[in-house]
Amino acid sequence: MSTIILLLITGLGLGALYFLVASGLSLIYGLMGVLNFAHGSFLTLGAFAGWELSRRMGGESWGTLIASMLLGMVVGAAVAAATEFLLIRRLYNRHIEQVLVTVGLALATVALFEGIWGTDPIYVTAPPWLSQTTEILGARVPNDRFLMIGAAVLVLLGIVAFLRYTRFGLIIRAGVENRSMVTALGIDVRKAFTVVFAIGGAAAGLGGVLASHYFGYVSPQLGGSLLIFAFIVTVIGGLGSLAGAAIASVVVAILQQFANYFWGGTGDLMVVLLLAVVLLVRPTGILGKKA
Amino acid sequence: MTESILTVAGLNASIEGQQVVEDVSFEMLPVGVTALLGRNGVGKTSTLRAIMGLIERSGEVTIAGERVDREPTHRIVQRGVGYVPEDREVFASLTVNENLRLAERDSTPNRQLIEELFPDLIARAGQLAGTLSGGQQQMVSLARALVNDNRVLLVDEPTKGLAPLIVMDVAKALERAAQTVPVLLVEQNLQVVRMLADKAIVLEGGRVVYDGSAEELLGNEALTKELLGVA
Repeated sequence: MSTIILLLITGLGLGALYFLVASGLSLIYGLMGVLNFAHGSFLTLGAFAGWELSRRMGGESWGTLIASMLLGMVVGAAVAAATEFLLIRRLYNRHIEQVLVTVGLALATVALFEGIWGTDPIYVTAPPWLSQTTEILGARVPNDRFLMIGAAVLVLLGIVAFLRYTRFGLIIRAGVENRSMVTALGIDVRKAFTVVFAIGGAAAGLGGVLASHYFGYVSPQLGGSLLIFAFIVTVIGGLGSLAGAAIASVVVAILQQFANYFWGGTGDLMVVLLLAVVLLVRPTGILGKKA
Repeated sequence: MTESILTVAGLNASIEGQQVVEDVSFEMLPVGVTALLGRNGVGKTSTLRAIMGLIERSGEVTIAGERVDREPTHRIVQRGVGYVPEDREVFASLTVNENLRLAERDSTPNRQLIEELFPDLIARAGQLAGTLSGGQQQMVSLARALVNDNRVLLVDEPTKGLAPLIVMDVAKALERAAQTVPVLLVEQNLQVVRMLADKAIVLEGGRVVYDGSAEELLGNEALTKELLGVA
C-alpha cells in the first residue's frame, strides 16, 4: 500500500511538471496553431535564471526559492513574448517554417546555454525541508513533490481565472474556437498571441525552476527532455485543451511511475503505447475538439 | 448627388490561388439596404470577405472616402464596419453575454437596441451560444454587429437555413437596423430582398452584371430569371 501511495504522489509531482510545460504548449497551439519546439528553451532558461539567483542569494532559504521561482517565470515570459514578437509573428499559417524556426531556436539555445554554463549538470541547493520526507499512509514521500503539485494547481487555477474573468481571457477562448471571427469583431488578435506566449513562457520558466529541484540539477538539456513528454501530454489531452493537458499530465506521469516500478523500467515505452492507443481510438485526444 | 458610404473599385480576390472575385466595382448607398445578389457560387460571400480583408485581395475599397484595402481586418472593423458572416459563426463555447461583450468596441455599447430587437437573447444571456437554435444564433450574430455604432453593416445570408417564421423575425430586425446604419446584404431569399432592399447589385462569374434599383430588377420577371435563375 505504501508503495502505491508513494508512486501516486511521485507521479502527481512529475505530472505537475509536465502540466507546467504542456499548459503553454496547449494554449499556444489552440490559439495560434503553432507547435512550439522552442518551448523547452524557455524552461531551461528559467531554470538557469533561478539557479543564478539562488547561488547569489544563498539557496537554502524559502525567500530565495520563491524569488527564484518568480524570476524563472519573468524570464520565461519575457523570452517567450520576444520569441513570438520577433520570430513567430511573421510565420503564422506557415507551419513548415514555424517548425524549422522553433526547432532551430531550440538547438541554438541549447548550444548557447552550453557555451555559457557548460555541458555538465549543475546541482542545486534548496531549503532543507524539500529534501526531507513526509509520511503518508506509511509511504515516505519526498517533500519537493508537494511543492510541484501545489505550484501546478496554483498555475492551473490562475490560468483558468485569467481565461474566465479577463477580457484577454475572453479573446483567447474565442480565438481558440474561431480566430478569424475574433478579428472580424475588430480585435487585434496578435496582442492575444503575445500574451499567450508570455503565459506559456512563465509557466515553463516556473516549471524549469521546479524541475531543477525535482531532479536536483539544472543542465542545458533539461527543457528538451521534459518537452518530449509535454508534447505527448498535449496530444493525449487534446491540442488546445487546458483541462485535457491537466488530466493527461497526471495520467501519463502516474502510468510512467507505475510501469517503471512494476514492469522493469518500461515507463517511457508505456507512455508511447498510451499515445498510440489514444491516437488510434480518439485522434483528437481526451478533450480535444474535432477539426 | 449622394456620396456613397462604401465604394469598391476593381476588386479581385482569391482563395488558395483560385480567383473568386474578378474586377468587381460598385458603390453603396449611405442609407437603407443594398442587396448583393447572384446565383450560387458567383462570389457574393467572397466579395464581402474581400472587403473585410479576410481573404487575399487587390483593388480599392473605400469607406466614407477613406481607403481601407491595405488595412488588416480588425482596423477595418474599428473604422465602423460591422460584419455578420455566413453561417453565423457564433462562439459556441461562450455564453450569449460573452459573445456580445467580446464584440463591444467601446464602453457605451448599444445594449438598449439589442434589448429592443432581441429580447429573447437577454433572457438567455447566460446560455452557451452553441446550445441555441439556428435562429437564435443568427440573432446573436446580428446583435454582435449592432451592439456598436457602425458606419456600414455587411450581412451575409442571414436567413439561410432558418424556418419561415424566424426568417421574418430576422428581416424585421434588419429593417429596424437599416434605419440607423446602411446595410450591404447578401441574400438568396428574394422575398426578404423585396421587403428590405432599395438597390441591387448582381454578380455573375465574379463580376457585376447589374447595378440599379432592386424594385426594377425584381419587378422584371425575365431579367430576374436571367440574372438570378429564379423568378
